Amino acid sequence: MGEETTWQQALRYANRANPYPFYAELRKTPVARQPDGTYVVSTYREIVALLHDPRVSSDVRKIPAPASAHAPAAGPAEPGAEPITEAVISLEPNIITCDPPEHDRDRHMMTRHFFGPPHSPRLISDLEPDIRRIVADLLDRMRGKTRIDVVDEFAYPLPVALICKVLGVPLEDERRFHIWIEAALDALDFGPEAASEEMQRRLEGGRRSVQEFEQFLTGLLDQYAEQPGPGMLSAMVHDDGPDGRMSEGVLASNAVLLLFAGHETTVNLIAHSVLTLLRHPEALEELRRRPDLIVPGVEELLRFESSVQFWHTRSAVEDIEIAGTTIPKGAPIFLVYGSANRDPERFANPDDLDLERPDNQHLGFSQGIHYCFGAPLARLEVQIAVGEFVRRVENPRLVVDPPPYRHNQIFRGPRHVLVDIDGIRD
Amino acid sequence: MTMSATLAELVRDFKANGRIVIVGASLAGLRAAEALRQEGFSGSLSIIGDEPYEPYDRPPLSKQVLKGWVPADHTQLPRFRELDAQWRLGVAATGLDRATRQVRLADGEQVPYDRLLIATGTRARQWPNPAEAALEGVFSLRSRDDAARLQQALAAGPSRVLVIGGGFIGSEVASVCRELDIPVTVAERGSAPLVGALGGVIGEIAAQMQRDHGVDLRCGVGVSSLEGDARGHVRRARLSDGATIEADVVLAALGSIRNVEWLEGSGLAAGFWGVGCDAGGRAFDINGVATDTVYVAGDVARAPHVLYEYQFLAMEHWDNAVFGAEVAAHNMVSLEPDYRPHLLLPGFWSGQFGVNIKSVGVPPFGDEIVFTQGSVKERCFAAAYGRRGRVVAAVSFDHGKWLEYYARLIEQSAPFPPPPPGWDRPDVMKPVPAEFPAPGVPTAIPDVVLTGHDPSGRTAEFRPRGH
Repeated sequence: MGEETTWQQALRYANRANPYPFYAELRKTPVARQPDGTYVVSTYREIVALLHDPRVSSDVRKIPAPASAHAPAAGPAEPGAEPITEAVISLEPNIITCDPPEHDRDRHMMTRHFFGPPHSPRLISDLEPDIRRIVADLLDRMRGKTRIDVVDEFAYPLPVALICKVLGVPLEDERRFHIWIEAALDALDFGPEAASEEMQRRLEGGRRSVQEFEQFLTGLLDQYAEQPGPGMLSAMVHDDGPDGRMSEGVLASNAVLLLFAGHETTVNLIAHSVLTLLRHPEALEELRRRPDLIVPGVEELLRFESSVQFWHTRSAVEDIEIAGTTIPKGAPIFLVYGSANRDPERFANPDDLDLERPDNQHLGFSQGIHYCFGAPLARLEVQIAVGEFVRRVENPRLVVDPPPYRHNQIFRGPRHVLVDIDGIRD
Repeated sequence: MTMSATLAELVRDFKANGRIVIVGASLAGLRAAEALRQEGFSGSLSIIGDEPYEPYDRPPLSKQVLKGWVPADHTQLPRFRELDAQWRLGVAATGLDRATRQVRLADGEQVPYDRLLIATGTRARQWPNPAEAALEGVFSLRSRDDAARLQQALAAGPSRVLVIGGGFIGSEVASVCRELDIPVTVAERGSAPLVGALGGVIGEIAAQMQRDHGVDLRCGVGVSSLEGDARGHVRRARLSDGATIEADVVLAALGSIRNVEWLEGSGLAAGFWGVGCDAGGRAFDINGVATDTVYVAGDVARAPHVLYEYQFLAMEHWDNAVFGAEVAAHNMVSLEPDYRPHLLLPGFWSGQFGVNIKSVGVPPFGDEIVFTQGSVKERCFAAAYGRRGRVVAAVSFDHGKWLEYYARLIEQSAPFPPPPPGWDRPDVMKPVPAEFPAPGVPTAIPDVVLTGHDPSGRTAEFRPRGH
């Protein structure tokens, strides 16, 4: 085994709190071939180009088997080795892991029940009172405390309650699916630590958890098939739209995606936003003085600490010439959004937090046809949550910096953010 | 004092004490005014507009407003900053005297300027027979008031709407009619709808789309006359092929006319295709010399474009108004070497019959087209236009998110046809002639026009056919 690449170092758990120096190093080679044949793309311009390139597939089924097996620590992939990504997250293809025309049809069917005219013009905006009520309640519960955990007491409860309401998943089931999601997230590793005994053990648990998670949602879909109920899942089970109905397997797979991605990324964004603001007292003070700044502010906070650090299911369907490199047909492509968002070629002083950053077209929600489905909901949630936190929490101070991080490299976020506070304003 | 220090002093002084007049109070005028303040211009700023309204957004007028989703007066453009400007709304500019640097207004007032921005845009071409055009029920569509009136007429449930002209406006209105379940006939002189902007191959797809939605589409015919009843309400139209159409609402969607008449005698290169300017928005005089005081932006501007053989390009596109205005504003308060070019790759969108149509580049510059992604049958595809082996434009039906890829190919003068996609390939991927009407044939008028190399552009002439 040779020396570890910059990318492999960036993925080590020890560097989870601050992968940015490794990203800076990585950007010196915008398209970097890894020992396992994966091409890691770290610069803004190249990522945007590939996000719009129809020779790039998002469908894991199109990655030739040997190349898709990620066991980086074991060196070049062995034929027959199980692809870790598929083992953990892939059921039937969902909208992130398939290409047009499948993708277009499925996403279209889902959008009807989620966002925008003519079918769902007010679904998101009508959630605002709920969001405000939940946020107010969470902050009220901190009264009398001198120390809070921003993750467990604030960042997590809001998005999970919201996505359950939108989808029509009983909130009582949160305790069950939370455990499955945690187990699945902890099992996924793309770095040199993947081969460790500990990770192998977690992989087993992760696999089981995904199965249970899917069974749980399939059961719920069956229930809705018999007895319609509130929310998007029931609406999709009974969809009589022009595109017909989604097959049960695809619907279940997308339900897994929606429920999981519909809150995990938002939890990390809220937690990171509070953490980042506490590390930048001037920005925090400015936001307190000018609450309207929260709208561009959330975009900057998402640029600064991206909830999805990279994405791993793309591959080249043809040879692609880019940045002086040829990505050969069949090669897996990782797009490192977290690095693109700190690319000085695109963002002036990228490591500075500027809540009013002009032309802030970050990749925190990606771009192209796989642009974040839940972005309008996430924006509203985080704007209200972080805005209210800033307004109401008196004299918040970070207790541990950096805070402990969760294991997952893609969905990167702190496990706890302990903050000392003087009180809660009305 | 060094030369550059003197120039810097000049710029500072102008930003503090200069007088800027913007003629045209729509998208380009508003964004230019905001950009001027953003650039630090704190002198006097006047905005003159012939309509009585504050700047509003036009794209919804032919879509959401006509459907009745949005009232016509709810289209006001968002303001990005305080302007501190003198607004002169409801009064048209009628003349320009460059010697004394004054704009003459319809009410007789003279407004002096140090720098002038021309953003007067275009107006709808009216039905050429004035008596017929005056019939109740005959409409054109460009302004907020036009949209409000047409919306009312559609809401009243007409027995049939006749749309004359199958360009973008005509096609969008036909689409709204079908959505409202109103019978509609489209009469198009060319071989198909959208043929001027996108060529005959795409036009044929648009035609099929219209027919599938129940539009009575008639191509290759003109409207010879409109007839009214005793009360002066339009009742029927006679077509050039002898047919008659009974209709109580008629929309003349005949393209646009650039508002340049007020510039007559100003000595500027103003004509049928607009006001010639350099890529930085500085207006040319009639001899092709760039002026230092007069700038142009938006629909009325025509400037040489580096990607299209430096031909003068006129773009009636939303983003051209926004970005052209920003560049002109910057240059109005700058001196060499701080001038910036407006190098926009043209782009537009349309919504009709449930399909989002988008384009980048200049399709009529191409002579070949190849389908590159998706399915024509599903009306979900992308296609590229080529000329002499390079990609010059692309169009998409419900495939707009891919256009950025084609924009890059165009900017790089990439080989045509482009490489095939990895998935979702069309059945046929062979380039075919794009079938644009011969230049100068004024069928459905494209909204982006290559107007040759002559800055004064006086040779172009519009000759209505069949009258």
